[in-house]
Amino acid sequence: MPRSTLTRDLLFAVGGLVLLVVLPLVFPGKAFSDFVIRLSAFAIYATSLNLLIGYGGMVSFGHGLFYGLGAYSFALLMQKMGTSIPLAFALTILVNGAVAAVIGAICIRLKEIYFSFLTLAFQMLLHSLIIAWTAVTGGDQGLTGGVPRPPFLGIRLDEPRHLYLFCCAVLVISLFLMRHLVQSPFGYTLRMIRDNPRRAEFLGIPVWRVRLLAFVAAGIFGGVGGMLISLFVSSAYPDFAYWTVSGEGVFMILLGGMKVFLGPLVGAAILLVLNDTVTRLTEHYSLVLGIVILVFALGLRSGLLGLVADLWTKRAARSWRIAQTPAQARTERQ
Amino acid sequence: MLSVEHLSKSFGGVAAMSDVSLKFEQGSLTAVIGPNGAGKTTFFNLITGAFRPDAGRILLGTENIAGLRAPEIVRRGIGRAFQIASIFPSLTVREAILGAVNAYRLWYAKLARRFPLAEAGSQADEVMELVGLDARAATLSGNLSHGDQKLLDIALALALEPQVLLLDEPTAGMGPEERWQMIDTVHQLWQRKPMTLIFIEHDMDIVFKYAQSIRVLSYGKVLAEGSPDDVRRNPHVIEAYLGTRFEGKPA
Repeated sequence: MPRSTLTRDLLFAVGGLVLLVVLPLVFPGKAFSDFVIRLSAFAIYATSLNLLIGYGGMVSFGHGLFYGLGAYSFALLMQKMGTSIPLAFALTILVNGAVAAVIGAICIRLKEIYFSFLTLAFQMLLHSLIIAWTAVTGGDQGLTGGVPRPPFLGIRLDEPRHLYLFCCAVLVISLFLMRHLVQSPFGYTLRMIRDNPRRAEFLGIPVWRVRLLAFVAAGIFGGVGGMLISLFVSSAYPDFAYWTVSGEGVFMILLGGMKVFLGPLVGAAILLVLNDTVTRLTEHYSLVLGIVILVFALGLRSGLLGLVADLWTKRAARSWRIAQTPAQARTERQ
Repeated sequence: MLSVEHLSKSFGGVAAMSDVSLKFEQGSLTAVIGPNGAGKTTFFNLITGAFRPDAGRILLGTENIAGLRAPEIVRRGIGRAFQIASIFPSLTVREAILGAVNAYRLWYAKLARRFPLAEAGSQADEVMELVGLDARAATLSGNLSHGDQKLLDIALALALEPQVLLLDEPTAGMGPEERWQMIDTVHQLWQRKPMTLIFIEHDMDIVFKYAQSIRVLSYGKVLAEGSPDDVRRNPHVIEAYLGTRFEGKPA
């Protein structure tokens, strides 16, 4: 397996960013840029959830908590405190990190399904809090009055093109950072814990601490996704913290593939396209989504990008075998 | 040197280990034998911190490590491999060993840098060569044969350069020929690496051929200890454990 190097990932990131900058020249419509902005929020969120599910083996059913928390803390900081955007971003990261540390410290003590349910419980707690604390959150109406977008460093996020570029940059940077995390020795320690936590313990790995760190990282990036969406819709709604958001995160991972780093990004794109096209055609969106998920769960376990990656490696292996002489192939097999 | 003093552990009123005191000389090769349920694996579990002893001390050098948690004990230099190979199925052999080399060292370097750390490479290669898995470096651990999985399990423990290595039935589930190969490899490791090696083994031919000294456990107690010859002659051992097998042979 080729080793992923920092340089390769950097080139990939820069290439991705350039592509995102150029694409609006081909698709100049607002529909496209809006799609990319929503995609950036969901892709960061889904990838952050995959840090837990795909790399850590911790299936969280409550990751939407951090999406909602990010959206609300960012929007509230901007609206009520009048902070600048970079400061609100930084503070929201701190808030999300701190909340993830506390909730994670409680949840990761539990195994498997109990972990899943406890994360879900915490999410519903936040949702109830948002609904109940009307004075601050606006209750079930969501935050009214809009999120101000004061300019900073020459960036004016009230201008659609600036907002688009900003979201693209945050997307690429976030994905790059998460990619780095999973390719670091820490990321491999996390994989070891996913595969066999007991063995990891007997190799001296502080399993609990590594899991907690992964949980905090996922909580922070989940919040970054929430911040982007609140910037985009200029508000925050209780729905952002509802359990369906967690479910959508899991669906995105399932659709794109959890074993490939960019799987959740592809999954987010699939889910958004499905959402946009199907709701236009029929009101039975859930039915269509259900069928699609069923097809993936039954026949395409590795997800769309996972399938592509599998085919790619098989093809590479085949062409390698053809290039060999039979004698070489024999020694290879031995 | 590793020694245990008056070690006891019971599970729900059943004494799995009662008042066991044993010494293992630095750099020795010792076999732990005993009938099924004698407490051999419990003994390993107590030493490595999987269970906390009810009473007694476990001394590594002069430090009492009884009651410490498993990762802390590992870091003090006690490694172990399991009766049923305990590996990381989705990592390749090399990745797993590199991961083990990095397991707890360089905590801060873990976030800033890429896997694998360059300085871990030569150590991982050495370990793979030691157990003879170098040709399987790129194979997924989960796809290895049973014997190779057992070797990998040992290699993972070796990657930490332990002072004391505990092997729980390294030859479990293997055919006769494979067993001898395995124990040969283990023996070579012990010769090449300065470490105290303690292994649990059921095959008496293997035990008597390789072990420098033997500890016999039965019902959670020490039945006998000493050199292979002492143990072979010990009437308690013959009666309790080796009786039928050695019947008729001159002691």
